[in-house]
Amino acid sequence: MNNAHAVVPKSPVFDVDAMLGDMTVRIIVCCGAGGVGKTTTAAALAVRAAEQGRKVVVLTIDPARRLAQSLGLGHLDNEPRPVVGIDGSGSLDAMMLDMKRTFDEFVEAAADPERAAAILANPFYQSLSSSFAGTQEYMAMEKLGQLRSSAVVDNRWDLIVVDTPPSRSALDFLDAPRRLGSFLDGRFIRLLAAPAKAGGRAYMRVLSAGFGVFTSVLSKILGGQVLTDVQQFVASIDTLFGGFRERADETYAMLKADDTAFVVVTAPERDALREAAYFVERLDGDEMPLAGLVLNRVASTEGLSIDAATATSAAARLTALGADTSAAVLRIHAQLVATQDRQRRLAERFTSAHRHVPIAVVPTMPADVTDLADLRAIGQALADG
Amino acid sequence: MSAAYAHCVARESDTDWGGVRLHVVTGKGGTGKTTIAGALALALATDGRRVLLIEVEGRQGIAQLFDVPPLDHNDRRIASAPGGGEVFGNALDSEEALLEFLDMFYNMRRAGSALQKMGAIDFATTIAPGVRDVLLTGKTKEAVRRKSGDAYVYDAVVMDAPPTGRITRFLNVNSEIGDLAKTGPIRSQADAVMAVIASPATAVHVVTLLEEMPVQETGDAITELIEAGLPVGAIIVNQVRIPLLTEAEQAQATDHAIDLAQLAIDLESVGITATDSILTALGNQAADHAERVALEERERIVIAALDRPTYELPLRPDGIDPGILYDLAESLRDQGVA
Repeated sequence: MNNAHAVVPKSPVFDVDAMLGDMTVRIIVCCGAGGVGKTTTAAALAVRAAEQGRKVVVLTIDPARRLAQSLGLGHLDNEPRPVVGIDGSGSLDAMMLDMKRTFDEFVEAAADPERAAAILANPFYQSLSSSFAGTQEYMAMEKLGQLRSSAVVDNRWDLIVVDTPPSRSALDFLDAPRRLGSFLDGRFIRLLAAPAKAGGRAYMRVLSAGFGVFTSVLSKILGGQVLTDVQQFVASIDTLFGGFRERADETYAMLKADDTAFVVVTAPERDALREAAYFVERLDGDEMPLAGLVLNRVASTEGLSIDAATATSAAARLTALGADTSAAVLRIHAQLVATQDRQRRLAERFTSAHRHVPIAVVPTMPADVTDLADLRAIGQALADG
Repeated sequence: MSAAYAHCVARESDTDWGGVRLHVVTGKGGTGKTTIAGALALALATDGRRVLLIEVEGRQGIAQLFDVPPLDHNDRRIASAPGGGEVFGNALDSEEALLEFLDMFYNMRRAGSALQKMGAIDFATTIAPGVRDVLLTGKTKEAVRRKSGDAYVYDAVVMDAPPTGRITRFLNVNSEIGDLAKTGPIRSQADAVMAVIASPATAVHVVTLLEEMPVQETGDAITELIEAGLPVGAIIVNQVRIPLLTEAEQAQATDHAIDLAQLAIDLESVGITATDSILTALGNQAADHAERVALEERERIVIAALDRPTYELPLRPDGIDPGILYDLAESLRDQGVA
């Protein structure tokens, strides 16, 4: 346990190395609200697992430029590439998710070339695949499924570490794919595409009165061309995928399997902790396996026991005595302690409601991650708990 | 001329954003853009003005910030500003906006409500997300233009906007619905929105921290906004550390060259017994602090190269509560924002 764990004194320590060393764990999913260090945590876990001998692939989403460089990811190419400089017998491949490319490949794999070309050219498909809320999550799941099959088939990897998209809410990762799936399989889109096929005559009779109004309103708001694009898109994908929703349900089920471990990443800030609490409760409700919580960016005082008030008043007296440098050093300490006190109060809201969730505390790093050594240092801090 | 009146006139011309009536606040997630939007609204409302603070993503961030009950699509007073000003809050709702729209142009409110119950409104705004943005920016534009008699109802409107990654698409509704609707009320609405948003009466401010990712996204967003012809406002640097070390001390701390023996003597003189481990820890903390300050200095240079009016707000180690918002608002006013 490191000194930073003092910020969550009552919580058990999250044994990160035990998780990484458990060969039955084959997928680690890092979740959390945006801006809490999810991608960095995923990368650090992946590096540490690889250097402990595992064959790892890490799927990152939208990493900071220098973090990407530290993994040797110069550009997006949607394929796992070996990371150079990993010590030991393990290996690490890394990739960045290209949402549109993944969707395009998904279409190309499922359809004959002519039909695929028609879909790819459809304006509705283009907006769906590049900007639709939920597409990134759907494609992250899709890519995870692909990596998993390839891990199983040719035994290329024994651990997949996944970063999740920078959503407004951490829950989006779980919900967005099914939302997109049920939207694409939904009754309105079916009605638009082929009214006669949707759900039988009785259903149609009930709906048809409303449906006339519905299409008329849609045409007015969106213009007729959009409706035509949507109709053509749905008609052309209809037979290809056996249902988006079904597919989303399958990947969702994969996350409930025993070989998956969820790591919830958060920071000692109100919003981030609230998101973490929602997410932990949701995992519990869905019987998904939570391995532990990573609390990033915690002020560490290295176990120093001078409280903020003592340090501040001592600093004032030292300034009066002309010992400016020593006073400044004490002020730096006082500021750290004040920050830590606030972080402890904030974290308590989470820990008091979730006493049993193990937590690994990662102290604030003075500088940004730029290379493998930085990722190793974060991995060490994670393992120190 | 009374002194009070002179003060008002002086302020009007003294502020950096005198002609701006719509302040859009964006920033990377986690930079505190909702806090800054709140502080800016308070700053603009100071001295008897009325300001509307709008959120568009259904997060209830404003209600949490001001510690008031959840907001809805009706304007509600949420805070008073120094000098008799008032801040109102509104959480815009795109479904409600669409129903109003249908009512206004097609007299279809009842049909609209029925469709809403079936989930059709959600469906329509989902297959064409641009429509949702037109509706939200449309409501914002309406609030900016709203008049009571000859005077505007609000002296200024502040929007807690989507983050940097989505801001240009969100505001640039014209191109977003470009292929979608070439005529009709949605097109006229988009044109009317752009007439306000792309005008000098609007400023898009970007909130950042002195960290690599937020600064990088700030630069990217400004480039995109300029390309889209949208008016870029200020860069607001949040959570700036107060410098605790002089330049010489900074160099010493970085090299772990602070005189620990002298530190031990000084601490002893104020009654603190310093063991070696305490001295080492203090030295390390000073080194970390110095490293972070140096990093922040590098990011400051990147920000300066973006060549926008820049304001800084201090880090509050004890966190943000509604009381501290007033301090931040005052600091923004002191720097000439409002």
